[in-house]
Amino acid sequence: MAVKAQPIETFLVAKPDRDKAFPWGKTVLIATALLFMALFLLLPLLIVFSEALSAGISEYIDALDDPNIASAIGITLLIAAIAVPANVVFGVIAAWCIARFEFSGRNLLITLIDLPFSISPVVAGLLEVLLFGLNGLLGPWLSNHNIQIIFALPGMVIATTFVTFPFVAREIIPLAQEQGNDEEEAAVTLGASGLQIFWRVSLPKLRWGLLYGVLLCNARAMGEFGAVSVVSGKIFGLTDTLSLAVESLYDSYEIQAAFAVASLLAMLALVTLVLKAALEWRHRDELHAMRRKKAAT
Amino acid sequence: MSTTIEIRNIFRRFGQHTVLSDVNLSVEPGELLALLGPSGSGKTTLLRLIAGLDFPDAGIIKFDKDDALGRKPKERGVGFVFQHYALFRHMTVFENIAFALRVRRMPKGEVKTRVNELLKLIQLETLAGRYPAQLSGGQRQRVALARALAIQPRVLLLDEPFGALDAVVRRDLRRQIRNLHEEMNITTLFVTHDQEEAFELADRVVIMNGGRIFQEGTPIDIYRAPADAFVHEFLGESNKFPCVIERGIVHVITGGEIGFAIGTAAAPNGKATAYIRPHHVLIRPNTRGAWRVNRLTSTGAQARITVACNDIIAESVITADAVVESNLTEGATVDVTFTGGTLFDAEGKNPIKVAALKPTLAQLGTGTR
Repeated sequence: MAVKAQPIETFLVAKPDRDKAFPWGKTVLIATALLFMALFLLLPLLIVFSEALSAGISEYIDALDDPNIASAIGITLLIAAIAVPANVVFGVIAAWCIARFEFSGRNLLITLIDLPFSISPVVAGLLEVLLFGLNGLLGPWLSNHNIQIIFALPGMVIATTFVTFPFVAREIIPLAQEQGNDEEEAAVTLGASGLQIFWRVSLPKLRWGLLYGVLLCNARAMGEFGAVSVVSGKIFGLTDTLSLAVESLYDSYEIQAAFAVASLLAMLALVTLVLKAALEWRHRDELHAMRRKKAAT
Repeated sequence: MSTTIEIRNIFRRFGQHTVLSDVNLSVEPGELLALLGPSGSGKTTLLRLIAGLDFPDAGIIKFDKDDALGRKPKERGVGFVFQHYALFRHMTVFENIAFALRVRRMPKGEVKTRVNELLKLIQLETLAGRYPAQLSGGQRQRVALARALAIQPRVLLLDEPFGALDAVVRRDLRRQIRNLHEEMNITTLFVTHDQEEAFELADRVVIMNGGRIFQEGTPIDIYRAPADAFVHEFLGESNKFPCVIERGIVHVITGGEIGFAIGTAAAPNGKATAYIRPHHVLIRPNTRGAWRVNRLTSTGAQARITVACNDIIAESVITADAVVESNLTEGATVDVTFTGGTLFDAEGKNPIKVAALKPTLAQLGTGTR
């Protein structure tokens, strides 16, 4: 393994001068950042696990060994497994269109993608009830055809998809715009077909943005509460996700059980992080190269 | 075996804007042709039409007897090197070069052999595993070239191939491309706005401006006989003097009146503009000379001298050695002779050669020495 060249900027930056001018600046800033991290990120995480295990490990396992919890895990994963791929497909198509074509309504599309970010999830859930609920716009038609959306899994999937809509698209649209169209044109001259260009050029060059988008989208999909809580009806063992289970357990004073379930969510988040780190480590050469290019341009 | 390219009556508009207007061009088999022009002259658009990245509104493009416009880009057998290389950033050098072969589903073993040949050709065997971001500009350029050559194209197109490189790398690459062209003999077109680059590299140069072809020919022919004022100006700097011609003598206009004669020309009486290149401005020290040296700067081997006579200012370029020999300094009075030039009429057309005034040359002989 060859030794990587140190970027030359590292040597050129006038570090000593800056440090002399603000001798404590660096220390104070770093300490503030670390303190903030510890207080708002690390501490809650520790509390979740300590509360979950406060009555001992067997109580912890008991609390989780419940068919309702098992069903909540299953539903949470199922919702994420539908919502995330749906948003990946949508995000990639949106990025492709926005980066590639000038069309009327392009700016409207960019604005609309942000809509779920600016609407409270509870309102999003209510909108869905107004649309698909029994007295809603499409309610009569749906009930005539025996399709249930509200208070059922489809409603929860739709709510989650809506709320997590922007994560993938937001991550890759700027990337696609920045990278432009040159590589695709090069692929055309080299004889690639449209599909070959998409799979071999367009998608791979977005893949890091896509990865971050998917991870964020997934984390949010598994943790989504507001919108899902409005449309789920919270039927134990049927339309209960992990997040909803935490709330209902907490409300019925089963504090330790609530924290035990919360620890599951926390672990899902940790797994996501580890996955991301592992991927970055495996592709470190390529990532390193891309970052250098970015710094150079 | 090399391919000819026939371009007939090509028009291309983007909205209201006409980018190419009735372009006609024939490229000989195995020729290395430069499309030279300022930015916005339509040269890159023409290249993209040939490659099939864009389509003309009207016109014909043929490779040999074969209608190229009826074919998809991948059936045209065109290799294209993009201005900013457009290498696939997520692929290694090897995979970049292999791309065209892979999408054609060439067996893996053959791909490997072919890519290794190309890596050897561009002398980057050791960097096969690198990503484009880890390469220097010149190396990226060579990878882009190898990638374009992988399919053994009939026609090679290069868009501003040296634009983003520094001077030394540029010179080096020019030589490499010239050698490569002589070796493989592929019909090649390249686009550039750099006159020196076009002249050094190309067999034939096509000068474009405003979507039209202004002139085509060998570098020497074009330089010696520019078709109009635009071409003359584009091919390098010149001194421009408004003139009046009387009985074959060219007089400059100074202070709104007819001034001294600068040369002779077989032109009808009337007004014109004389274009005189700096190396046609000859300077001799003379304490009673009418001209004064305003500025003297060195660009290394050559010196640039600004001389003035009343309101007429001329730029001259002579060798640095000549400056030392003749002891020229700023503020010195000198004689100035114009040894050649071209007259253009008010529209910048109808070029007529200006010859040096014989009496002035005779005076030179009896000059200071």
